[in-house]
Amino acid sequence: MYDKTVRRRRAVLALLVISSIVLLTASFGGSGGVSSVQRGVFEVISPIQDGASRALKPFRDLFGWVGDTLDAKGQNASLRSERDRLRRELADEQLTMSENAQLRRQLGLNRKLSLDQLDPVQARVQGTSTSLFSQTINIDKGSADGLRTGQPVMTGAGLVGKVSFVASGAGKVTLLTDSTFRVSARTSTGVTGILKPASGNPDDLVMGGLAARDQVTKGDMVSTRGTDPAARDLPSLFPPGIPIGTVTGVDDPGTDTQQVHVKPFVDVRSLDFVQVLRRTGSGT
Amino acid sequence: MSPGTGGLVLRLVVLGVVLSVLQIAAVSQLTIFGANADLLPLAVAAVGLLCGSMTGAIFGFAVGLFVDTALVQTMGLSSLVYVVAGYGAGRLRELRDPQAALVPMAVGAGATAVATVGYSVLQFLLGVDAPISLLLLRQVLVTIIVNTLVAYPVYALTRRVLLPALPDDPRRRRRRAYATGGLSPLSRS
Repeated sequence: MYDKTVRRRRAVLALLVISSIVLLTASFGGSGGVSSVQRGVFEVISPIQDGASRALKPFRDLFGWVGDTLDAKGQNASLRSERDRLRRELADEQLTMSENAQLRRQLGLNRKLSLDQLDPVQARVQGTSTSLFSQTINIDKGSADGLRTGQPVMTGAGLVGKVSFVASGAGKVTLLTDSTFRVSARTSTGVTGILKPASGNPDDLVMGGLAARDQVTKGDMVSTRGTDPAARDLPSLFPPGIPIGTVTGVDDPGTDTQQVHVKPFVDVRSLDFVQVLRRTGSGT
Repeated sequence: MSPGTGGLVLRLVVLGVVLSVLQIAAVSQLTIFGANADLLPLAVAAVGLLCGSMTGAIFGFAVGLFVDTALVQTMGLSSLVYVVAGYGAGRLRELRDPQAALVPMAVGAGATAVATVGYSVLQFLLGVDAPISLLLLRQVLVTIIVNTLVAYPVYALTRRVLLPALPDDPRRRRRRAYATGGLSPLSRS
């Protein structure tokens, strides 16, 4: 009797482990069957997640308020100095903008980025997975709302990520802090490069691919670049001008291997609503 | 299937779904020192402690599958680590039957360590670009500490949900030992 129990226990354990490994192999290999099942179950679970997310929002807000209050005290001094610096920059920018507007009128150009033209749709965040390995969120809009994989996702603060999976009524967004995320970026001084999360630290983005002559300084703003004019046949998924973050430091400045560290504007851990840009066109 | 099994299965399903949704929709967005509490390894360990290794392993597998599906992750990854956590907790109960009050916290910490380290190792084996860094170690450590703190409430909740369907509650079992001829440590002096 005892031997039978032991044998049964070991058989069940072996079966579960083997099932997990088979699923893992099939899923990692991109098996269509597993993906279809996952999509179907995701459709069913999504409304439950949505309801739970709405119901638990006051609880999250309360917890977030406590954390934000503690953080705010620490950030107060640094934000004051940043405000003073930004005021000075704003005065310069306003002068530049008025000059720029005159030039635009003169040249008849009006290619200013307009979100309305990009057919944005608001989506509610239903669930979050923000481990170091998988930085994703689930949203309550899917293919029925016109979402497709690859579409950019943003908030009022800046770039959030891109749509990486869609079911009929829900979707998954890979955040810009996920290790698989890449975006072509440009600093406020015109330096361009490829931005990706720093290895092992998703709160820090790294811009590489810069030339030795490119000069980037702490505090420069970084935004999406859009399509490289020299590579029009490879359009970027992201329209130009979406804010990404601020430069916090440069490794090996003035060399071909220099890397720019960028702190994202968006706090990916406290997202309630995002906007998906459904018409990205050629990303120009 | 024994008469009480149906009720136990139903309670396990409800517990697994509710805790998984709670984890995905709320707890994963509450950051403490750069990490989140993870209720699921705690629930799996609690089920293992209360119901034994086989139930713990099966519950771990099911919860892992649900989470991987809900988050559209690589299927089988969470299942594999939760199977180990649930089976380990269950074997501890079957071999040692620990009665100390701190056991749920210690087992919760152990299950969290197995889940986070196991998950990291599997991700590295799959080639995810996130090398071992101080941040990763800090996140694993903070998650274990936070989970240790919330392990007892999760254990108490799990026990409360499962108690009516359990054939042999550990608390009743311990009392019975004194009532049927077992000597209390106090009576020996």
